[in-house]
Amino acid sequence: MPATDGALTKEVRVACEEPRGGLAVAVWATLKRDLMLLLRRRSEVLNPLVFFAIVITLFPIGISPDPALLAAIAPGLLWVAALLAALLSLDSLFRADYDDGSLEQLLLTPQPLALLALAKVAVHWLLTGLPLALMAPVLGLMLALPAGSYLVLAASLALGSASLSLIGAIGAALTVGLSRGGVLLSLLVLPLYIPVLIFGAGAVQATIFGDGVLAHLAILGALLALALIFAPLAIAASLRISING
Amino acid sequence: MSLRLQGQNLACERDDRWLFQGLNLDIQAGEIVRVEGPNGSGKTTLLKILSGQLADYEGELFWDGRPMREAREVFLSNLLYLGHAPGVKAALTPLENLAWYQALAGQRGGEAACFSALEEVGLAGFEDVPAGQLSAGQQRRVALARLVLAPRPLWVLDEPFTAIDRDGVAALERRLIEHARAGGCVLVTTHHELTPCAELRRIRLGGGGLDAGN
Amino acid sequence: MWAFINKLRSPKWFYAISARLLPWFWAAALILIVTGAIWGLLFAPADYQQGNSFRIIYVHVPAAFLAQSIFVSLAVTGLVFMVWKIKIADMAATVMAPLGAAMTFIALFSGAVWGVPTWGTWWMWDARLTSMLILLFLYLGVIALRGAFTSRDSASRAASVLAMVGVINIPIIKYSVDWWYTLHQPATFTVTGRAAMPMEMWLPLLIMVLGFYSFFIALTLMRTRSEILRREASKRWVRELAAEAK
Repeated sequence: MPATDGALTKEVRVACEEPRGGLAVAVWATLKRDLMLLLRRRSEVLNPLVFFAIVITLFPIGISPDPALLAAIAPGLLWVAALLAALLSLDSLFRADYDDGSLEQLLLTPQPLALLALAKVAVHWLLTGLPLALMAPVLGLMLALPAGSYLVLAASLALGSASLSLIGAIGAALTVGLSRGGVLLSLLVLPLYIPVLIFGAGAVQATIFGDGVLAHLAILGALLALALIFAPLAIAASLRISING
Repeated sequence: MSLRLQGQNLACERDDRWLFQGLNLDIQAGEIVRVEGPNGSGKTTLLKILSGQLADYEGELFWDGRPMREAREVFLSNLLYLGHAPGVKAALTPLENLAWYQALAGQRGGEAACFSALEEVGLAGFEDVPAGQLSAGQQRRVALARLVLAPRPLWVLDEPFTAIDRDGVAALERRLIEHARAGGCVLVTTHHELTPCAELRRIRLGGGGLDAGN
Repeated sequence: MWAFINKLRSPKWFYAISARLLPWFWAAALILIVTGAIWGLLFAPADYQQGNSFRIIYVHVPAAFLAQSIFVSLAVTGLVFMVWKIKIADMAATVMAPLGAAMTFIALFSGAVWGVPTWGTWWMWDARLTSMLILLFLYLGVIALRGAFTSRDSASRAASVLAMVGVINIPIIKYSVDWWYTLHQPATFTVTGRAAMPMEMWLPLLIMVLGFYSFFIALTLMRTRSEILRREASKRWVRELAAEAK
């Protein structure tokens, strides 16, 4: 700091102020900042996608290369592998912010923490769930997924992974203060993922058997709506607990 | 609106150990309050309680005469807290770091303000270097630039002198005094001995009781 | 109501009152379980389809009921702890979680044993058993999370939040598993089907359920009491109590 001698008595008086609005500004800035951070460390964005591809490669090797057999189990395999890939990147959702102290600062803004956390989760989905959903049809091709179900596969993954990000963020927020929270995080979150998996994989299967796709997608949407209502509150509460851990 | 943070009969129990009990505080504009005490006496915890991060305490907090529960939003928009960790993102430049804080504080635009704040803390020329490439002291200075950037009246600073060089320490001390004289208020913990001045007051933790004096 | 809540804040009061309640619950548990077991195992008529193997419901069903109720209790005590900062609630939650996991395991195990005569296999992906298995995972998550924190206060809060999140999810999980099951295995025989049960069969079941609940309450009270002593060991009333006991 350069010396500014003689300026001890400032003319400007410090005054208390009423809170200003600016919630949209804060949320937008958080979105932008997290996007920028992740795009600067591209490997973090790419790792889950590579993981997804590798896991899908393991199945034909471990089970059988028979296209008929693979086609039968492809919807489930794709969904389970995508779910695990999304889980992989969850641990780092709040960890970096926790380590460098930005999380404390996030908690001290006059803005509602739940909405700022929601912005962070949205970035996680944009850079994990959405790319996984877009990549899934290619891997589906390799598993001989029956034609006509590709669009539903991508749509169900895009919709479902948003719920996964929201639910997973609760677990990430609960374990962010723990030095080795990674495995615990999967233990907490995976049982909660089951409904999304059932309706996500179910949607793809329904397309193949030709029934009730919309019902599945509608339920996935309902789950997302529920998660959107409850998860941000739980995430905010969990972050407040973790910061005191 | 006036600047006044009061605590009545504050007590904090952490895992069955009383960090402090029966603590009464009255912090007003124009004061630098230094919280002292040996390691583990609850200095950081007290600062976290007083900055509204911890809800897990007994007693009452008042901001401007209103209970903290009601005044929380007003309180937070008048508070600037710097913790142990500087809260600076290594992958972002100092300018981008400050821009985020500016947005969180609800101050629109104003890149010029960020530039001048960084210049003030001696980081002119480093505005666009990723913070990860700066030294620990420089990263701390990025955090301290927020003192200049946002005109918040109440500063709660937990060990702000960590990793700062001697000139920086002197300048920061001067800044604290300036802030108090301008009608602000500083709550600080530090291992560094502050130069005695009229504004400085001490609160001693440890030994369970309170020993407030000059 | 408020007076009661305020009384609950005092572990000492709870310790005293629970000492008076405890013998009644133990007695009720003993009488109900012995009656229910003898009636159910020896006197109730055999099932026309499953023969005597159906009698395992006298363990399976009460355990399954309890497993679900305990998780709800975990969420309720968690909420009470978070909202009113009543420590007793958290102590109860601490001791209830392993009990709930044990009950879930008993329900799963008895279900598996039941599977041998009915399905000819130890494990079937039956809707109820699958939900029970997921419930076991939820319990293990709560227990593991509580164990992972070094600060007990944070551990209690984190476990409370997780229990509440879990309890919102349990019905969703249950319905989705039912949906999944009907899609994949339509028209299979479910062991706990809602077929009309003759009075001589369900009355002992009811007695067993009540007995299991009394047993659970007694055990929770007892273990909460020792948890109180452990956590309040430094308080004066506990030290006085220890001095009296000597």
